Amino acid sequence: MTAAPANDIEFRSVTKCYGSVTAVSDINLAVPKGAFVALLGPSGCGKTTCLRMIGGFEQPSEGTVLIDGREMNGVPPYRRPVNMVFQHYALFTHFDVQQNVAYGLKQARPRLAAAEISARAREALEMVRLGGFEKRRIHEMSGGQQQRVALARAIVNKPSVLLLDEPLAALDKKLRTAMQIELQTLQRELGITFVLVTHDQEEALSMSDMVCVMNAGRIVQMAKPQEIYDRPADLFVADFVGKTNRISVTVEPDGATLRLANGMAIAARSCLKPGAATVALRPEAIDLVRQSTGDGSSLAGIVTHRIFLGSTAEYQISVDGLGDFLVTADRRSVQESDLVEPGERVALTFDPGKVHVFPA
Amino acid sequence: MRALITFVYLFLYAPIALVVLFSFNAGRNASEFTGFSTMWYGKALGNTFLITALQNSLMIAFSSAVLAAIFGTMAALGMQRLSSRARAIFDGLFAAAIVVPGVVIGIATLVALIEVFSFLNPALALIWPGERPPQLGLGYGSIIAAHGLFSLALVAMIVKARIASLGRDIVEASSDLYATPFTTFRQIVLPQILPSALAGFLLAFTFSFDDFIVAFFVAGSKTTLPIYVFASIRRGVTPEINAIATMVLVASLLMILVARVLMRDKKTKAQAGSRS
Repeated sequence: MTAAPANDIEFRSVTKCYGSVTAVSDINLAVPKGAFVALLGPSGCGKTTCLRMIGGFEQPSEGTVLIDGREMNGVPPYRRPVNMVFQHYALFTHFDVQQNVAYGLKQARPRLAAAEISARAREALEMVRLGGFEKRRIHEMSGGQQQRVALARAIVNKPSVLLLDEPLAALDKKLRTAMQIELQTLQRELGITFVLVTHDQEEALSMSDMVCVMNAGRIVQMAKPQEIYDRPADLFVADFVGKTNRISVTVEPDGATLRLANGMAIAARSCLKPGAATVALRPEAIDLVRQSTGDGSSLAGIVTHRIFLGSTAEYQISVDGLGDFLVTADRRSVQESDLVEPGERVALTFDPGKVHVFPA
Repeated sequence: MRALITFVYLFLYAPIALVVLFSFNAGRNASEFTGFSTMWYGKALGNTFLITALQNSLMIAFSSAVLAAIFGTMAALGMQRLSSRARAIFDGLFAAAIVVPGVVIGIATLVALIEVFSFLNPALALIWPGERPPQLGLGYGSIIAAHGLFSLALVAMIVKARIASLGRDIVEASSDLYATPFTTFRQIVLPQILPSALAGFLLAFTFSFDDFIVAFFVAGSKTTLPIYVFASIRRGVTPEINAIATMVLVASLLMILVARVLMRDKKTKAQAGSRS
């Protein structure tokens, strides 16, 4: 008997093709037990295909998917210890809430006692705060309630892994935020591995403890949310996760100086390959100052648009010689008055340590 | 415009209304209403030829509708697994079966059956161990087959529409919840498509029960109700025929009504579900 595998899910060089189209190409992935992993990427990046390969609805064209250390190639969905919350819930409308939740338990062989089934169904419904809704018809429930029925129907089976396919996409913003917190709480209470598929970077960053950014069928970066945001692996991640300013620069032959198009120089953190490169700079890493320092350490520009967001404001600034910049300013960080008005001339300063350089 | 519409509807329904009205005529004359009476209904129901024809029609309608409902539903289910191209071909074939005129279906079926019989009967005689080999011929079987085949297309179209509205994700959800394909079919798919299969059955029944043209070609010596009505009209339209027509009309309308309710009920429920 070997020790229990540390990973709940493992992808070993998994490729999935549909005819001549490659949806997922050579993916290696390990999801540790009890983790909350988000597969994040634009539509068509292969994240849903990955999820469906874990669920057993698709089989990999090449490579192996392991669940709990067991190879799953060729194993149908009904023999896998995972459950899925479908994007459109996929509830059984000819059953009531209780029958929906009990459905998975009723399939267990040897059969579970009826009393146990109803007790566990009730418990699951109480977990998603739907106690007392057992006899309701599905079409009598609101969207948020249907979402929670779908959740209860999955967690009642105590799967090793819960798969969530854009579970919050159909909910309005307020409900979505509430469900994000609920899902996080639920995951901690149950200790089950959650794999979430989403195209919403905010959702991925806020809920999961591991984000796997995908693009064009490949994993671009897999790291903790904070690291994804602070140290994006490439320009795609920098662009897709959060907002970013892209600036074309030239790395000087010394490999330590970045030269901007307007002549400004930035010291690089590490030695870089000389030549063309792109710099990514987060909007909140830039400070807005009313007077120019005039010593070449700041950029000068004119405010063209302002989006007031309450505690912060987003400015679009046309920087001389460099084009449009996006700057998020904390209201208190701007001197003298709370808000800078469109049309005002400002200076932009930033900490050179906060720029990310990507070779072109 | 309104007058035109009124005229069109009058033209369509006035003759039917007259048939119904004259079925309650006390006199024999089909053009003069002399008083209210249900005597023709009594007379019709006392007519043994008529009753035999009615029984034949009911038996044929029921058998062909059962066959059509079962095989039509199976066809609709099986078509899901086809490639979209093969499915388009079958869709076209089913639609063609519905739009092809009854006369064409009647003649084609007759010719085909006679060809098959003339080939099968000698072959059967050759291998038959007994003295008198069975002779395949036109009769109940051929009417049931002809009606069943046509209605199969009808049922398949109706059930297919229902399956399409179901979506694949509830099948996947069931599979995800440990149900084997057979359990998924029995617990999830079948209950959802059963009303549409039943609606298809009722429409198939109605079609077969009312059909004259196809039955006329392939009935051989057997008489169905429409064939009986057609034959007796040659002896003149009596209020008895009107009474029969009225009964058939009411029965058919009821069936179609039930079929519509079965088809609509599920649809509105599904819509209500997705809306909320």
